[in-house]
Amino acid sequence: MAGICVVASALDGALSRSSLELVAAARALEGSGEGGIAAALLGSGPHLAEAADTLQRHGVAAIYRCDHPLLTSGQTDAALIATEQIVRRVQPGIVLVSADTVGRELGPRLAARMGAALVTEAVDVAVEGGALLVRRQVYGGRAMATLAVAKRPAVLTVKPRALDVPEPRPSTGTVEEVPVAIDGAALGTRVREVRREQAEVGLEDAQIVVGGGRGLGGPEGFKVLQQLAEVLGGAVGSSRPPADAGWVPISWQIGQTGKTIRPALYIAVGISGATQHVAGVSGARTIVAINRDPDAPIFSVAHLGIVGDYREVVPALIAKVKELQGR
Amino acid sequence: MDIVVCLKQVVDPELPVRDFAIDPATKRQVREGRPLVISTYDENALEVALQLKDRGGAQVTALTVGPAAALGDAVRLALAMGADQAVVVDHPQAPDLLGVEKARLLAAAIRRIGAYDLILCGCESADWVERVVPPLLAEMLGASCVTFAARVQPADGGLLVRRVADDGFHEVDVRMPAVVSIASDEANRPRLPKVKDIVAAKRKPVQSWPAGDLALPSGGADGSGVEVREVVVPQRTATCEFLDGDPVEQAASLARRLRDLKLV
Ligand SMILES: Cc1cc2nc3c(=O)[nH]c(=O)nc-3n(C[C@H](O)[C@H](O)[C@H](O)COP(=O)(O)OP(=O)(O)OC[C@H]3O[C@@H](n4cnc5c(N)ncnc54)[C@H](O)[C@@H]3O)c2cc1C
Ligand SMILES: Nc1ncnc2c1ncn2[C@@H]1O[C@H](COP(=O)(O)O)[C@@H](O)[C@H]1O
Repeated sequence: MAGICVVASALDGALSRSSLELVAAARALEGSGEGGIAAALLGSGPHLAEAADTLQRHGVAAIYRCDHPLLTSGQTDAALIATEQIVRRVQPGIVLVSADTVGRELGPRLAARMGAALVTEAVDVAVEGGALLVRRQVYGGRAMATLAVAKRPAVLTVKPRALDVPEPRPSTGTVEEVPVAIDGAALGTRVREVRREQAEVGLEDAQIVVGGGRGLGGPEGFKVLQQLAEVLGGAVGSSRPPADAGWVPISWQIGQTGKTIRPALYIAVGISGATQHVAGVSGARTIVAINRDPDAPIFSVAHLGIVGDYREVVPALIAKVKELQGR
Repeated sequence: MDIVVCLKQVVDPELPVRDFAIDPATKRQVREGRPLVISTYDENALEVALQLKDRGGAQVTALTVGPAAALGDAVRLALAMGADQAVVVDHPQAPDLLGVEKARLLAAAIRRIGAYDLILCGCESADWVERVVPPLLAEMLGASCVTFAARVQPADGGLLVRRVADDGFHEVDVRMPAVVSIASDEANRPRLPKVKDIVAAKRKPVQSWPAGDLALPSGGADGSGVEVREVVVPQRTATCEFLDGDPVEQAASLARRLRDLKLV
């Protein structure tokens, strides 16, 4: 039992960005006696070849590729069967799984099947003094816990967008086709429909994000934010209350329960700055807050602040930005 | 339909930051003197169970692992909202247990409850946010699993579940028995009990089982290899620069700053 195996997902088509984030985690561990990096690559169809290529270009030496028509968006049960088969064969000491929609179901279930140690939602992994250390946020982002994992195998799930995609590091290695038998009729869940609710560049990958909160007062407020996002070339997200109220899709929620984002710029509008929200944006390079309450906690994490009513500030900002852009 | 809803009691997660402290001995949050509530999304899970009961009839059991001595309110609220009965697995150290350890206790209790078609959980504990109990329960009980469900409805002898996904949502057909974890949604906002419900709740059965009496399932993910080394409260260092003036001036300075940062 040695080595690190990343579960690389091409379930949605191309290789997911979080799969490469897992490779970054694996590379942080490999030098410390945990062994080389392998990948279980899951998907269906011709794009798998390109996905395998990308993994190799980032330092994955051995790729076990599973190509099956049921390995598509959201099909956790099928992905679990394929992953378990590869993991039993490769016998890695550490399995890295992205804590995305499928991974947060698959990771714990795989750990249960392997009798493995389990830590979820890691934001950082390292080996220090011979111990595998995993860091994760706890208590609504108020604290950071460090867990030491002594047992192998260990399954770790890694929060999407907690780590950067690593620099390319070409490696020569093997790609092996692993045939897997999956009986669709025997699966407990089947995805009937997949619905996308985000712009071309999704919230998690946008370089500029405008977030709206309860202070927007209703769904109309988000129309103004949408305009701001458009002129800036960014995406719109929200705090929890607007998602709970149905003003915006739940998949737009940013924070502990929602997405973690690390854009170059995050503009929080009508958001008080509860720790559970800030937990999802603390990796943003520049944080701007627009809030009419000068004592709102968001100002203690923001770099630039405007105290004011968003209904006056945001339209003025849209106009000024257009002016600077020469529009 | 027989439904078990797993409810965890936690320190109110929305308490002001100044009331938050870590106990260096347990490496967990100090609970003393802090209000305890049902973990946020567990109330949404209970609401989903009660809506299924309202529509098609169901027997709803509220299940919690916790220190029985400190649990009164959570159980009473669950019964007042409309659960038919409650089971408390009494474990004095429950607040310190990690998800892997709790899942085995919950699985053992659910086996002892016996009849279940659907087990509902919150999508994450408000305090440790591990998101492990639902998938682990599914494995231990041999049940189907969907996490982060916004909506659940009966369909073709099974369930149709809307799962919140990375960039939208999935509609998933689910076979029972199933473990489904619930995310908040406009359709599952927890109901408030009326006075008569609170009175009626006093007559509903509550069983308390010592954790040590349960026959734990063998196998499963292993918590023994994981040790909490430290839990630290990071110091924030950012200082906010306020942009002054009337709204137009504020907007103009912000636009210029964004240009200087090459963001415009
Ligand atoms: C387990 C758990 C998980 C959670 N997960 C998340 C999560 O993922 N994401 C998340 O965001 N929250 C999450 N929360 C909720 C979080 O604790 C807060 O309740 C929430 O973030 C508050 O949202 P808000 O700032 O939009 O609303 P509020 O706290 O109500 O703040 C609204 C703000 O708008 C300002 N405002 C009002 N009108 C105007 C105006 N005209 N112009 C400018 N400003 C105005 C007000 O001054 C106020 O500061 C979670 C909570 C729990 C317990
Ligand atoms: N002590 C507990 N008692 C009952 N249910 C629990 C307990 N801990 C966790 N759960 C359930 O499991 C869900 C997910 O918890 P977690 O895996 O800890 O994030 C919670 O929302 C609860 O529904």
